[in-house]
Amino acid sequence: MGRIVLEQVTKSFGDVTVIPPLDLTIEDGEFTVFVGPSGCGKSTLLRLIAGLEDVTSGSILIDGKESADIPPAKRGLAMVFQSYALYPHMTVRKNIAFPLRMAGMSREEQDRRVERAAEVLNLTDYLDRRPGQLSGGQRQRVAIGRAIVREPAAFLFDEPLSNLDAALRVGMRLEISQLHNRLQTTMIYVTHDQVEAMTMADRIVVLRAGHIEQVGTPLELYRYPRNLFVAGFIGSPKMNLLEGAEARKHDAHTIGIRPEHFTVSTHEGEWSGVVGVSEQLGSDTFFHVHETGLAESVTVRADGELDIKHGDRLFLTPRHERMHRFDRDGHRIA
Amino acid sequence: MARTVTAQRKAINTGVAWVIGLLIFFPILWTFLTSFKTEAQAIADPPVWFFFDWTLENYRVVQERSNYTRFLWNSIYIAGGSTILGMIVAIPAAWSMAFVPSNQTKNILLWMLSTKMLPAVGVLYPIYLIFIQLGLLDSRFGLTIVIMLINLPIMVWMLYTYFKEIPTEILEAARMDGAGLREEILFVLTPMAIPGIASTILLNVILAWNEAFWTLNLTAARAAPLTAFIASYSSPEGLFYAKLSAASTMAIAPILILGWFSQKQLVRGLTFGAVK
Repeated sequence: MGRIVLEQVTKSFGDVTVIPPLDLTIEDGEFTVFVGPSGCGKSTLLRLIAGLEDVTSGSILIDGKESADIPPAKRGLAMVFQSYALYPHMTVRKNIAFPLRMAGMSREEQDRRVERAAEVLNLTDYLDRRPGQLSGGQRQRVAIGRAIVREPAAFLFDEPLSNLDAALRVGMRLEISQLHNRLQTTMIYVTHDQVEAMTMADRIVVLRAGHIEQVGTPLELYRYPRNLFVAGFIGSPKMNLLEGAEARKHDAHTIGIRPEHFTVSTHEGEWSGVVGVSEQLGSDTFFHVHETGLAESVTVRADGELDIKHGDRLFLTPRHERMHRFDRDGHRIA
Repeated sequence: MARTVTAQRKAINTGVAWVIGLLIFFPILWTFLTSFKTEAQAIADPPVWFFFDWTLENYRVVQERSNYTRFLWNSIYIAGGSTILGMIVAIPAAWSMAFVPSNQTKNILLWMLSTKMLPAVGVLYPIYLIFIQLGLLDSRFGLTIVIMLINLPIMVWMLYTYFKEIPTEILEAARMDGAGLREEILFVLTPMAIPGIASTILLNVILAWNEAFWTLNLTAARAAPLTAFIASYSSPEGLFYAKLSAASTMAIAPILILGWFSQKQLVRGLTFGAVK
């Protein structure tokens, strides 16, 4: 079980308030991702839950038990760090067994659990090596192994994939998702990468300056961003945000249209412009369109095999039912 | 482009390195050789190198005239004692500065280092007077304390840099894994810090062993270590090079042997840190 409830949690470092009063409930078994730009307080929030930082005020309930004053070791949570934080002087086996050893488990039980975790994570051949002899991906798996052996109430991940190269990152993303499907244990995952958030999360918590901007499933956030910040943060490439005359036409201060919500044509459309940069991914191509008569350049997604080059004229028609409208304060207009 | 090193170039570099190495080593070698010569051979012109009548006479005379073991014991007492005392102070100091720094930590470190910039003679007078007042002149205990204090800044600095290289995330991981403070120090911190602690101890023993200014000025007979032993052969006896060499060889031999056997550990300690 791992239901985590934060009530009016605050955190200040000296005079600087990092987390203003914040409420959040993470349901048992849920994969929750904290996402936001660097410095938004997402790592601090995770460290507060872990107990590595003390809350300034408020309470943290783990399975209904007040935990704000309990040391990290007693909270029953496991954490995977960005730098892996493996013990360099211990073998992989000893690294994974360390939490079990701390829990005073018998040697046989330790061995049994380590073997099982190693099997799940494809580490069986590396058990007698030291962290220094492993690749980045293997080290990350050891860190995960060390977390899963103790069967914690919840897993905390602090940007665990940032130190891996792109290809490995995609693979590990999948592995962590599969792990969650199998274990069905609560996971809290911190990242600044909205792609990781979208692909892995049951629920995403978008943070900015310690405030929760929005909480929801990936598609809720994608479809109904509550404000300009979430609109700009979720989705890749970014949503086009337009102000001025075009927005006023729709009774809004700002309108937003995602690059994928345009009908693209070479001969007719509501707006037209000249293609600047085109980014070809094969499956899709992203065009950055200038001179549209709108204030900003517009990014659009088109079929990957559309034969349009730099300097060509392109016609765009936004799909009005997918248009987002925001007021002067950046709030969504329903 | 990768740098290409020709065989010829390599040979020249190796040759130059050997010449420099031998030049540095030469005084020790010469002292060692001279200690086996007679006094006449020691000042012979041209100098004799290896082909002379090797004799242990000088060692016998030196041992007869002065009690080598007493000086040796004093050196061990002072070097060992000041290192142990120093570590007792330096480890917790470096520990807290590395892991729980305040905004004054950097200033304290710099202030400590600045004390090493003061010439020792500058504080000789006050310390001498304090020693007289406390009756510590020519006592091993007093000398141990002074030498400990002299080397303390270096110990704290060295340990601080080693501790600083241990990533805090690893300590946090241990805390998450259920380790209390005791287990954290015992199973995670100490094993990772051992190379650093060991090389600090070694360096400090060497520094304390070789320290001559304070040992010469604050001791007379009872507490005098090997540095004073060498010095006693340089002036009052006139220029007895062979005996002086024998005394020097006996004085530096223990620390040279210690250094030889622990050089691997020293180098490991000084290059420790490749955790990631």
